[in-house]
Amino acid sequence: MADTNYERQNPAYYVLIAILIFMSIGPVILLLTNSLKLDVDITSGAGGLLFMPTIRNYETALCDILWYEPDHLRFCTIRFGGAFINSLIIALISTALTLVFGCMAAYALVRFKFMGRDTASLSTLAVRMIPPAVLLVPVFALWNNAFCLDNDYGLGMWIRDTFGGRGDVCLAGTHSGIIIVYVAMNLPFVIWILQSFIVQVPRSLEEAARVDGAGPFQVFFLVVLPLIKPGLAAASIFTFRIAWNEYLLASALADRDTMTVPILIVNNASEFDGLGTIMATGMLLAIPPILFTLFASRQIITGMTAGAVKG
Amino acid sequence: MNRATPYMFIAPAALIMILALFYPIGYMIWGSFRDWDPSQNISETEFVGLQNYVRLWMDPSFWESFSVTLIFAFVVVTAEMVIGVGLALLLDRNIRGMSVLRTLFILPMMIAPVVVGLVWRFMYHQTYGTFNRFLEWAGETWLGGLLGLGTVDWLGQNPLLSVIIADIWQWTPFIFILSLAALQSLPRSALEAARIDGATGWQQVIYIKLPLMAPVLIVTMLLRLIDAFKVLEVILVLTGGGPGLSTEILALRIARTAREFRELGEASAMSIYLLMMLMILTFFMFGFTRWQEARARKIKYAAEQEG
Repeated sequence: MADTNYERQNPAYYVLIAILIFMSIGPVILLLTNSLKLDVDITSGAGGLLFMPTIRNYETALCDILWYEPDHLRFCTIRFGGAFINSLIIALISTALTLVFGCMAAYALVRFKFMGRDTASLSTLAVRMIPPAVLLVPVFALWNNAFCLDNDYGLGMWIRDTFGGRGDVCLAGTHSGIIIVYVAMNLPFVIWILQSFIVQVPRSLEEAARVDGAGPFQVFFLVVLPLIKPGLAAASIFTFRIAWNEYLLASALADRDTMTVPILIVNNASEFDGLGTIMATGMLLAIPPILFTLFASRQIITGMTAGAVKG
Repeated sequence: MNRATPYMFIAPAALIMILALFYPIGYMIWGSFRDWDPSQNISETEFVGLQNYVRLWMDPSFWESFSVTLIFAFVVVTAEMVIGVGLALLLDRNIRGMSVLRTLFILPMMIAPVVVGLVWRFMYHQTYGTFNRFLEWAGETWLGGLLGLGTVDWLGQNPLLSVIIADIWQWTPFIFILSLAALQSLPRSALEAARIDGATGWQQVIYIKLPLMAPVLIVTMLLRLIDAFKVLEVILVLTGGGPGLSTEILALRIARTAREFRELGEASAMSIYLLMMLMILTFFMFGFTRWQEARARKIKYAAEQEG
């Protein structure tokens, strides 16, 4: 719609909007301010927004990867830095793999007629509903037993040869173990969203490339992919968000060295001492999704609507 | 084109989904018929037939979890639908800064559930939580004293309500954004015609806007309903399922049965019950989408015939 004439509204209307905004982002602002307060200031409640901000909580949280030693710390108790790096590795790699595999599959489902296409399409749609809690038991059991790398046969051996791992044990406790689950879990959603974008790519463009002698993979990577960039952006934000935020499966599969930030937060949330520090870890976990939201809200909304309208 | 090409495109996704989704679920179905202890190799465990299923079926505490799950899902979805659609109707105007507003509104749903749990746990805190601070302050004012406002033991006395409020905060934006999108893509001509015929604001909403939005709204509601059965982390951080079983939704119970009680067979059977419930919902969604597509085709065809 091209008309940019804004209607004038009642002042009460703006008051209402202000209240709604406050309700929506209030908790986030509370998290931010608390993470910048000393514990005494949080519990005394004096001042509200009037306080001396301190980065001490962030220093405590990140002590294991800081290049200097903060003066208020004797020991580094919360090893947040390592967990943060694990979260990054797991979320980034699983997002990349999900996108590549997902858009290839979506393309095949939209453009090719082949045997088993309807089955593939239907089962993809159906597994979208599976909650992580349902995967917990089998994935935990398989990753710890059947898919173990010390097996000299079958899947265990194949996985060791393909993905590596730390050699001694199983898929559980490795980054790959968690990444595989996240990729599988996110694929249905990505395939589903990207289908609605690929349908809109004009066939004539692909046929022209085909006539010029491009193979199917060249057509896909050089013609189709650049055209569905908005869809890819939306899909990548959603996948990253799920992989970055997920707790349950990671907590079942990770060990001390591969644990992600959500696990660390849950482990520490029940003890309410070090309130400021735990708020700082929460804030650090919230920053990437917040940045995405601020910079790419248009893509996020496009992705959401593509999902719901297609059903 | 080579016959194998489509399969090459689909192979990586299919492989990984079979490896980490279909195979594990098949494995779980197999395990649900066994007395499955995580320390044993599953092939050495005893086959017990439907015993896990029957035991759950007879267990009143399972039904309590089941009903907590249903109550949670239906209350949050209903509240989110009413508030979200209401907000969308209210904000569907040509106002300055609409895109900023939408951006701020989608923030809650992007934040990690464990962080949401963390913040709300703080806000619900008995002594220094935000809500109780406010209630304490309000109770000291003249009007507050008259109404008898005082602090509330949020997570202790009203646990289910507390987790429901937190979920509403996080997920109402989902409904809001989708209904706003639906509203803004309504045919302007129909709204214009209604306005000229002298329909009041309410009449426009009830007779024109809502019926035209209905298809999108129903899909949105079903999507949200399916997702409401996945909620776990917020509740885990807020109440851990307690006190008692008052907030122990099925997903949480599955995790506890598997981890604390090491009853993998029973946890599997419980997962299957949950899956069956979700399957029924998804079935409805499929059916509805198919019906809707067929209807849209018919309308389009009729329009073409006329034109």
